[in-house]
Amino acid sequence: MKNKKFDFKDYIRQRFFPHIWCPGCGHGIVLSSLLRAVHELGLNKNEIVITSGIGCSSRISGYVDFHSLHTIHGRALSFATGVKLSKPDLKAIVPMGDGDALAIGGNHFIHAARRNIDITAIVMNNRIYGMTGGQFSPLSGCGKQATTAPYSTIDREFDVVDLAKSAGATFVARSTVFHANECKDIIKKGINHKGFSVVEILTQCPTYYGRKNKEGDAVQMMENYKTNTVKIGSKKLEKNPGLIQRGIFVEKNDVPEYCEAYDRIIETAMKGQA
Amino acid sequence: MKNNNIRFIQGNEACVEGAIYAGIDFFAGYPITPSTEILEHLAARLPQKGGKFIQMEDEIASMGAIIGASLTGKKVMTATSGPGFSLKQEALGYACMAEIPCVIANVQRGGPSTGNPTHVSQGDVNQARWGTHGDHSIIALTASNHQDVFKITVDAFNMAETYRTPVVLLLDETIGHMREKLVIPEPGELPVVERLRTSVKGGVDYHPYLPRDDGRLPMSDFGGEHRYNVTGLFHDMWGFPNNNPNVVGGLLRHLVDKIENNVNDICMYKEYWLDDAEYILISYGSSARSAIHLAKNRRARGIKIGVLELQTLWPFPTEMIREKCAGAKAVIVVEMNMGQVVTQVKNAVDNPNSVFLANKISGELISPEDIKSLLRMIQGKGV
Amino acid sequence: MERSRIVFSGSGGQGVITAAIILAKAAAIFEGKNAIQSQSYGAAARGGATRTDIVIADSEINFPKVLQPNILVSLTQESYNKFSPIIRPGGLLLVDSKYVTIGKKVDAKHKVLPMFDTVLKEIGKPIVFNICMLGALIGITKLIKPESILKVLETTIPKDFMEMNKKALEMGIKMGKKS
Repeated sequence: MKNKKFDFKDYIRQRFFPHIWCPGCGHGIVLSSLLRAVHELGLNKNEIVITSGIGCSSRISGYVDFHSLHTIHGRALSFATGVKLSKPDLKAIVPMGDGDALAIGGNHFIHAARRNIDITAIVMNNRIYGMTGGQFSPLSGCGKQATTAPYSTIDREFDVVDLAKSAGATFVARSTVFHANECKDIIKKGINHKGFSVVEILTQCPTYYGRKNKEGDAVQMMENYKTNTVKIGSKKLEKNPGLIQRGIFVEKNDVPEYCEAYDRIIETAMKGQA
Repeated sequence: MKNNNIRFIQGNEACVEGAIYAGIDFFAGYPITPSTEILEHLAARLPQKGGKFIQMEDEIASMGAIIGASLTGKKVMTATSGPGFSLKQEALGYACMAEIPCVIANVQRGGPSTGNPTHVSQGDVNQARWGTHGDHSIIALTASNHQDVFKITVDAFNMAETYRTPVVLLLDETIGHMREKLVIPEPGELPVVERLRTSVKGGVDYHPYLPRDDGRLPMSDFGGEHRYNVTGLFHDMWGFPNNNPNVVGGLLRHLVDKIENNVNDICMYKEYWLDDAEYILISYGSSARSAIHLAKNRRARGIKIGVLELQTLWPFPTEMIREKCAGAKAVIVVEMNMGQVVTQVKNAVDNPNSVFLANKISGELISPEDIKSLLRMIQGKGV
Repeated sequence: MERSRIVFSGSGGQGVITAAIILAKAAAIFEGKNAIQSQSYGAAARGGATRTDIVIADSEINFPKVLQPNILVSLTQESYNKFSPIIRPGGLLLVDSKYVTIGKKVDAKHKVLPMFDTVLKEIGKPIVFNICMLGALIGITKLIKPESILKVLETTIPKDFMEMNKKALEMGIKMGKKS
């Protein structure tokens, strides 16, 4: 479909709409970036399996016209590992929320990264549990308001990029929903990368996070993504080191991909038989 | 009989051989006593036949991985014991709801909690039935010797495919660890059920969750030409989330009926000397060995005693048990727990007061002597 | 032979479990008998008194454990002390003379043989102590044929070690027959 002009209707299941996301939610931009990425890569819809867990973000899997597996909270990467290892020709994409990926699913996240299995993990970071109504997540950080932190949070946050790097992910990148084109390009690179790819996308939850933390409406929150982030290594960091960096932090091609490594195990085991 | 088809192995290995015979393609697991040998042997055996083995980061992930692999069209299994079986329960419920064929072996050890890892127990019978939340039905099979462990493992894979459901293999530490002879059947000797795939052509609307007239749901592999949604939410015939009361009620009824309505096909058992039995020992797994041992021994002394060995624990074969026990003076359920199957048997028979429990819960295999003491008491002979 | 109920005991690392598997496998696969082997799991496998049960019979074996062995082998004092009370009165109790001093109160036919010392002297490798013990046991009891044990060994151990194992087995058989 590469040569055809992009039409989102080619990639969604209209039966599933309207979607469940609140007005102003950033998740729709992630969805559109993902679909544009798939379109530009010219992938066949039959070769894509999208696996998700539970939460607002996880509903993406149902909206797209790929093979879709909407699983249980936090465990999407383990289901996707089974899909990918059993049929390595498939492209495995796993959109996750911040709580889904890094609280209940944190163990699967670091182990999938350690194995370097060829899965593209998209962490849709809105710094809150949206579906359950605004509880703080491991990415909220200190001093934030949430329904479970009425006196503000004392929990420190993970840095998804640092965590993914340390756990051994071979492609690590970050973008925001304000930078929709960059987002699409990074997802494209993540999908094309042979190995475990982590794409963190900052996406606003005006309903819970924004309102509770007085960060304004959706427009204001997106404006903040524009002003508070810079490209990796930007000169602006010298003056303002607190700015969040965007771009590709890790892109390693010298680490064996898990399914390919297992193919060599099969060769060895079969030789032993002969 | 060729010598290379005869093995002298542990029960856990007999389970592995059964899985290979049934056509297992994919295994994910996590080490836990006393089931670890299943994991170890499949790590060696699966890649030899081009299959895949993965040691996951935990029990939950293992369960997730086999469900994912099953959806690509593979025959899948995981193995665990007590604490690991607890951890798998949420994903096991997912497999019930999304109707994913898979086999879960639980080599039972003493519990609750970490319990008695290297010793035998049969304390997970009810957990196999009700471990995951919500209403559902489940198939759970067990066996008392290696030849039968092999066979019920094949049956487990077959039933998982036939009914699109998780099947629990409830083995126990004694059977899993002891070594005895296994004769591996020739190919074709035991039936092997392959996955039922849809005949709906690409481009035609495929309904992954619309049962055929016979209740079966043909599948389409992930990667194939039918793209559909799989979810743990209540869903319609396309697999789309739906909480319409008719859809919810209908799906739950389907999940239960597809198993309970086939209880006669799923129900497997063995009987010994039941024809004229005044005393019936009902048992399963390693306890059944002691029951058979005692019955043989008492028969030689003229006592009319028989054994009903259950191989299907769930769905519970209520009708069969009622019929078999109709003429008995007393029924003794022999099991290594505080009375999990005995409750079901009391519900099944016409005279619950004639049902007794001979149990052992100390981590040792219940012995024929243990059962004999109760039998003598019931006979009014004193201990 | 109707039914032999056998317990091998010793300490972790002496190879009693391996010996038990070899014996039971030889009986089950190469002599057409029924046989079951089981063992205690846990810390015993890494030191302490190890125990493994073997039942060999012409008829079907249901209850797989041994409550009262008619043959007990103890290769350490600790295991002798622990398990000699469960032997069937008058049963065969085979011990190694280097490791075990037998008790007067035990009602059993004791066979005290210098298996370990002979292995060390003639072969120089304690690793085949367990095979020598198996030889002694079948030398005394004629439980199964030596060939059956050799057949099992051929399928389970590397070729280079075969000669050593064969020698240990024969030494044991000779000792057993003479005793």
